[in-house]
Order: sequence, then structure tokens, then C-alpha cells
Amino acid sequence: MTFSEFLKDNIIYLDGGMGTLLQARGLQPGEYPERWNLTHPEIITEIHRQYYEAGSHVVCTNTFGANSLKFDDNELENIIRAAVENARTARAAVSADRPRFVALDIGPSGKLLRPLGDLDFEDAVAVFAKTVQFGVKYGADLIVIETMNDSYETKAALLAAKENSTLPVIVTNAYGEDGKLMTGASPAAMVALLEGMGADAIGANCSLGPKQLRGVAEDLLRVASVPVVLKPNAGLPQVVDGKTVFDVTPAAFAEELSSLTGEGLRVVGGCCGTTPEYIRALTAATATAVPLPLTNKQRTVVSSYARAVSFGEIPLLIGERINPTGKKRFKQALLNNEIDYILNEGIRQQEAGAHILDVNVGLPDIDEPTMLKTAVCELQAITDLPLQIDTADVAAMEGTLRCYNGKAMVNSVNGKAESMHAVFPLVKKYGGLVVALTLDEDGIPETVEGRLAIARKIVDTAAAYGIEKHDLIFDTLTMAVSADATAAAVTLEALRRIRTELGCHTSLGVSNVSFGLPSREALNGTFFAMALASGLSAAIMNPFSAEMQKVYHSYKALNGLDPNCEGYIRAAESFAAAVPSAQTVTASPLTAASELQQAIVRGLKDKAGETTAVLLQTTPPLEIVNGEIIPALNLVGEGFEKKTVYLPQLLMSAEAAKSAFESIKTFMVATEAAPASAGPFVLATVKGDIHDIGKNIVKLLLENYGFEVIDLGRDVPPETVAQAVIERHAPLAGLSALMTTTVPAMEETIALLKEQAPWCKVIVGGAVLTKDYADKIGADHYAKDAMETVRYAEQVIG
Amino acid sequence: MSTMIVRYDELPLNVTDVLRYAGCREADAAALDLLYACWDELRDGLTNTVCYDEFPVTVRGTLCDFGRFSLSSDDLAAYFDGCDRAVLFAATVGVAADRLIAKYSRLSPSKALMIQALGAERIEVLCDRFCDEVAERYGASAPSRFSPGYGDLPLAAQRDIFRVLDCTHKIGVCLNDSLLMSPSKSVTAFIGIKEKKAKL
Repeated sequence: MTFSEFLKDNIIYLDGGMGTLLQARGLQPGEYPERWNLTHPEIITEIHRQYYEAGSHVVCTNTFGANSLKFDDNELENIIRAAVENARTARAAVSADRPRFVALDIGPSGKLLRPLGDLDFEDAVAVFAKTVQFGVKYGADLIVIETMNDSYETKAALLAAKENSTLPVIVTNAYGEDGKLMTGASPAAMVALLEGMGADAIGANCSLGPKQLRGVAEDLLRVASVPVVLKPNAGLPQVVDGKTVFDVTPAAFAEELSSLTGEGLRVVGGCCGTTPEYIRALTAATATAVPLPLTNKQRTVVSSYARAVSFGEIPLLIGERINPTGKKRFKQALLNNEIDYILNEGIRQQEAGAHILDVNVGLPDIDEPTMLKTAVCELQAITDLPLQIDTADVAAMEGTLRCYNGKAMVNSVNGKAESMHAVFPLVKKYGGLVVALTLDEDGIPETVEGRLAIARKIVDTAAAYGIEKHDLIFDTLTMAVSADATAAAVTLEALRRIRTELGCHTSLGVSNVSFGLPSREALNGTFFAMALASGLSAAIMNPFSAEMQKVYHSYKALNGLDPNCEGYIRAAESFAAAVPSAQTVTASPLTAASELQQAIVRGLKDKAGETTAVLLQTTPPLEIVNGEIIPALNLVGEGFEKKTVYLPQLLMSAEAAKSAFESIKTFMVATEAAPASAGPFVLATVKGDIHDIGKNIVKLLLENYGFEVIDLGRDVPPETVAQAVIERHAPLAGLSALMTTTVPAMEETIALLKEQAPWCKVIVGGAVLTKDYADKIGADHYAKDAMETVRYAEQVIG
Repeated sequence: MSTMIVRYDELPLNVTDVLRYAGCREADAAALDLLYACWDELRDGLTNTVCYDEFPVTVRGTLCDFGRFSLSSDDLAAYFDGCDRAVLFAATVGVAADRLIAKYSRLSPSKALMIQALGAERIEVLCDRFCDEVAERYGASAPSRFSPGYGDLPLAAQRDIFRVLDCTHKIGVCLNDSLLMSPSKSVTAFIGIKEKKAKL
């Protein structure tokens, strides 16, 4: 019997702790236990044998830390070969009274992935892939990925398992006392990610005892359709007479897990501090337990690194603003690689109540696969909202799905054979909830029946790829009512029938309905209300639209989805505020002038932006910059140099000035005036250094003073800096290093610049640098702070 | 003994230190508003976790021998002068500060600066609390604590510390190739114990 077959209808017993038993037999703290597979095979085999005899169906090889970051390839292969052999030898030595399996055990790499740590996602996949390949080669029956405390690393390991084997995979994570992984994922978020990628069983292990993990196990049981696994520690460790002991006895351990099997737990075992005795007690306590049948929870869900968002409870808002269509300023930001602008749009939508963010960066002149991946990776580092990957480029879709830290929403597939055959394999491999458009080779059907027929075809084709219908969300396509009077009615009826007849969730972009008509907001709002009443699960919309927010919160209050109307009452405050800011519009540009200077000096971001917008009605942009913004900045900058203003205030003023500049940029793009800028100034934190607060401060101030900044980010190799300087013939490059250990990288970068781009002046800064040191490594200038960098740049470029 | 873990609830905030780390020599209203706005975002995400173990220590010349590993450093040897044991610990306030710093580095450098300062203050306070408890339990301990990077003790000592404490598995702190730690608001350090009075 294969493990997959056995998993279907049985309670499965895993093994218990290995580390504690090895320590009892002489393993020293700090010594690699994996080497004992080679040096003490008899001890490892004996422990495996004891677990099998105690009742374990599965023992995990002694390979928790066996990866290519710790061992060279040759030793790694030998360790894994010996580890699998030891487990198989143990299995051969026990009676064949029950099915017994050998699992290749995979623990965390020991590194945190980027951006929190320094291990690249693809490098992590490659590390795990090696371990998997050796495990498969030497005959493991299944793979157990365990003790992972980060969702992203878990994804890397599961991806490696899936790409390098056909073995079943059990995945368990280490949840903390707050019921989350160290990097923030909830059990529901992990289930969304792991089920999406095809894990065969999902659960929790290590960190806590069975009582403390009960809540996590119950959360998993509520949402998981695959078997749920629990491998707790033997309680919490305590020191008694200088020795570490755990506080839960085998009997108490078995009792707690036994009661959870009554709630549906299907795979059980132990982690730190547990011994064969615990497994024996566990098998005895559950000997007569009947495994509860698995139920398909049919949840339509997406997730981020932290949380799952599920469809069907309340209608969801998908923010549509990260999209260049019809937005000149956004297009400019994309072409200039202004990622910060995109991030800002994301966070503002989150603050406005969006549940999911659509990400579309498609432009004719852009390398979409690279830009989409960059935008998604940067966004997922700063927001915990799930993202909707919106692209027609299949390569961009795959690259982005691969590096997405969660289960993404995928926009979109349609009824064309070509579309389905391109998109469904990606969704099957990486997981995802796909937006399915009811159109095909013959276009968009005019009738409800026509759209329903396409929806059925999509459901059937998805099923053939192993994608269930709860991972499809239908968009019945909003058409302009100005072109066809029945357009809205057909869309809504198709939506209602897909919801009731196919049982699938639905999503619409509503604003198309008003195309070609005046006062579009009124039509959009009413159409949105009608769609919600027809069973709409999610809308792709502008979260900044007061009209849409009014409809949304009213609908929820009227449908009993807003207890005590609390959400409505809270939102109502912003309805009032969102009335076109009559005050600012009527404000006199004359007072606005001094107001702008004040707003910048006092660091009032929103006020600075709004006041600038008013000024722009009467004053040329350059006059605002030179007459208002720069004097205000100089005032603050001089205060900083005289030490009457401190760094936080300097930065708040700089941010307010940036907000004023943003208003000016938007105005100039709209009026097609080319923004004036000096530079470019190439800026980077040097290789090996991941600290970039100082560099970002310099960037902000330089931009304030009108310099075009090419920000290469942090941990930047010398060659990348040189290449950027050469490409733009940049007159100035700024390098930052915070650590003594990375100053050599700075020296190397300067040498390369002097050789390949001798025209470029190099200015350096950072906590460990001094004027003398800067001279020694060949820099043209040392700046003790950001203001000094600005002054030097003005000298060189200005 | 093997590595033990201890977690702390929220520890009292030292506003003066935070402002100092943020580059303010005196508190003004704007800086304080910024500080408390950042504190509200950060506080629930802090984890305050320490893992530690105890080692005998013998000093021979510049060599500090801890039984399971040894380090060579003039300054560390001087620090351990008169000590017979050492507590070695790793402490972290978790990833929340790093996430917020990453976010605000892009969106609001003033907030990034303030969260950076808060994170620095939080990890110091956590280490101070742990060291106080060690001093209390053991009676006399050497003044302050000693970390890799102090004096002539190289950052490379982190490799030994991570190996013997198993920090990554115990409290989720990872060592980067550059020998810095992730989460960045983490500290590893020795505490010298002068007289053997009690056991942890």
C-alpha cells in the first residue's frame, strides 16, 4: 500500500523527537546530528526501530538540517543515503504487522529569506531541491517538511519537493503562542498557500505542547480539506538539577492528542522531548478511534504572508489603482521605475479599506515580466493584503506567481482554449484563485445563456487540470450601457445564475458600465448596488471613490453584514470628508503660498500636497518650487545644520515637500510639461550591506532639491553601480555603508568607478565612515549627513 | 543544561533613549507625536524572546575556553577576569520592527527612523532585563555584557554562538552571510559570572 492510499482512511502515527534522544546518547550541543547517520548508524537505526515498534507508521530520517548550506554536496549525499538506509534497516528489523514508511525529513535552511534575511527565494528552492533529489534517489517513501517558521521558506521547500519528486508531501509549521508563524502567517493563510500548491497533509509541530497547540489544530481543522497533522513538543522545557526536562507526561500527551483525533485530526506524532514511550501511549489511547472522514471545505480563498481572505462572508473590495490605464502619472512612474509611487498607491488603498490589491503594470514599452515581479515582491514586503496578479503575459504571470508569498488571485483566464491551456497549469502548480472571464473565441456572448455556457466550459476544463471550481471566480463582464441598453441586465443575470447554478463566486469591474456618459459615479454606484444584490462576491474598484464606499457600506448595513452598523458609522465620517474639498478649492492662492511654506516647515504631508494643488491653479510650477518649497526646505535644512532642528523633523519636512512635489509632478504630467531635474545622481548601499535608512534619507532630500535619483537599492554589487553610472553618464554617485565589514565593498566600488567612469564624482557616507577613511578608500567627498550630500551635489551638478 | 527559552511581556518604554537614538537631543511635540504613532504600530508585533545556556569558562592568556567551544580575544579574556562561568544568550524582539522599517523606508523615512530608534531601544531594554535577572539569580556578575564586535572579539564569533545556542531553531534568529542577524533587532552576548551562588 502506498502512503497516499493509506493516508485516505486511516489515523497515521508519525514518530517522536530525535534530538533529545541523541543528546542522551552523547550528542554535544553544537554538533551536527546529521553526521551521526554516518558515524553512529547503529544508534540512529535503533531509535527508528524503537519508534516503529512503538507504533509509528512513519519515521522521519535524521536529516532535519541536511542541506547544501551546511554540508558540501558529497557529504550531503552520503548523509542522506545513510539516513534513508538507517530508517529502512530499522523497518526491515520489525514485524510487518502494519504499513510502515520512511519519510525524508526537511527542516528549515537556517536562513531567513529576503527581504527579511539574506537568502534569495530561488536559492532557497535550489537548496531544498538538492536534499529532495538525494532523498528520492535513495528511496524515501514520502517527504516531511517540518518546523518551518516562515511561509516563504515553506513555499520554497514545497516547490522544491514538487519540482523534484512525485512523492507525497506532509508540511508542518512551527506556530508561536500567538497562534502564528514567526513571520506572521495564520493557520488559515498556511492552509491556503499549501493546499493551493498540493501538499498532501498540513499541520503544526514543535514550539509548544499539545495543550498550547490545540487552538492552532482547531483552526487548521476548520479550514483544511486535506488531513491535518499535529506533532507537539512534550510540553515546555524546564531545568531540573541542571537537566532539561519537559513537563507533559506520555499519558497526558496521548490524552490531549486523542481528544483531537475525535475532532478530525488524522496524522499525529511528537516533536522535542517526546520518546517512543509517548508514541506507544498515543497509539494505545487512540487504538479504537475511528478516523473522521475528510471533508472538502470548498473555500474560495486567497492569502498573503500573514493572512487568508475568504470569499462569501462579506463582499470584498479589490483595489484597482495599481494600473497605468488612463493614468499619465502612473505611466510616468512605471517608465521611470519609481517603485515607491506604486507602493504608496498600494498602502493608500489598504488604508481606504481595500481587501485585495490588483497589480497591473502592463505598458507597451516595459519589460512586463521583470516589472510585475518587482512590483509584487516590493508590495508583499510592505503590505499584508493578498495581491491579484493582473497580466495577459503568461511569462510575467508565471514568474510572479512563483515568487508570490501566499496564494494569489490571478487575473485572468477566459473561455478561449489557448488561454485556459496557458493559465491552468500555472494555477495548478503554484496555487491561485483565477478570475474567469465569460468570453471565448467568438467574443462576449450577448445573452445570459451564452455567458453561462462559457462558464460551464471553463469549470469543466479547469477540472481536467485538477483545479476545483471553488478556485474559479467568474467575471461576467461589464459593458457600457450607453452602447447597449440591456448590457447591465445581462451581466447581472449571468452573475446571479453563476452564483446559484454553478455555486461559484463572482467578481466585476463595475466602472465600464458608465462609459460614454456624464456623472459616471452615479451610474457606477447604482450598478455596484445592483450587482451586490445579485450576489456579487467581489468588486474591482477605486477605493478612493466616495460613491462606491457609500454603496458598499450601505449594502453591508442593510444586509445584516455590519453588526450595530459600526462599519457604516465609521465610514460615514469619510463620506463627509470626501465631498470635493470645497474649502481648499476656494482658498486664496495668496494665503496658500505662506501656508505651503508653513506646511513644509511643520512637516504636514497632506496639507503640503493639497496646498500645492491649489497654488498650481494660478502659479507656474517652477515659481512654486523656487519661491515656496526650496525656501521652506532651506529654512529647515539650515536649522538642522545649526542643530536647532533634529533629524525626525528634517525628515517630516522633507516628506511634506515630497508630497508638494508629487502634486507638481501630477500637474506637469497632465499638462505634458517636462519636469525639470538635475542629475542624475546614482545612489546605492554597497554589497553585503542591507541597511538603507540613511541612503533613503539622502534620496528623499536630493529629490526635494530637484535631483533625479537613480536608486539602486541595498546590497548592490560594484558592477551594477558602474553600469548605472555609465548608462546615464551620471556626474555623481553616492555610496553608503553602515558596517565596517562592508567598507571594503565600498572601496572596491570606488575603484571600479574610477576605472570605468572617471568623470563621476563619488560621495560616501554611513555610520562607520570618517573623512580620513573616505580619503583613504579614494572617495571624492565624505558627507557627514544628508544635507551635506545635497550641498555637495549642488556644487558638482547645480 | 541545554539552551533554554524565556519570553517577556511588554517592558517599560524609555522615551528619552528612543529620542536620542532618533537624533533628537530634546523632546518636542512633533517628535513625540511621531514616536507614539510609531509605538502604536510596533508594540503588538514585538516578541521579546531570549534563549540562553550556561558554560564554565577558563581563561588562559587570550583564550577563553567554554568547554564546548573557545574564543581568542584579549578584551573578552579581560572581561572574564575572575569569572568561573558564563551565560551566553541571544535575544530578539522579532521581525515586526524590520517589516515596519522596510515599509516606511519607502513611504515615510521619518517613521522609518523612529521605528529604527524604537527597535534599538526595545532590544536594549530586553537585554538589560535579562542581564538583571541573571545578576539577581547568580549573585555577582561582571559589569554589563560582552557581544561579538566589542573590542577585538570578531563578528565571526557569531558562528560559534549560533552553533552552540541553536538560536535559529530556538528563537528564529538567523545569521546572514555578512554575520549580521535577521531579525535585525537581535543581540547575542556573554555575561560573566563572578561567584557561583545559584543555578538558573
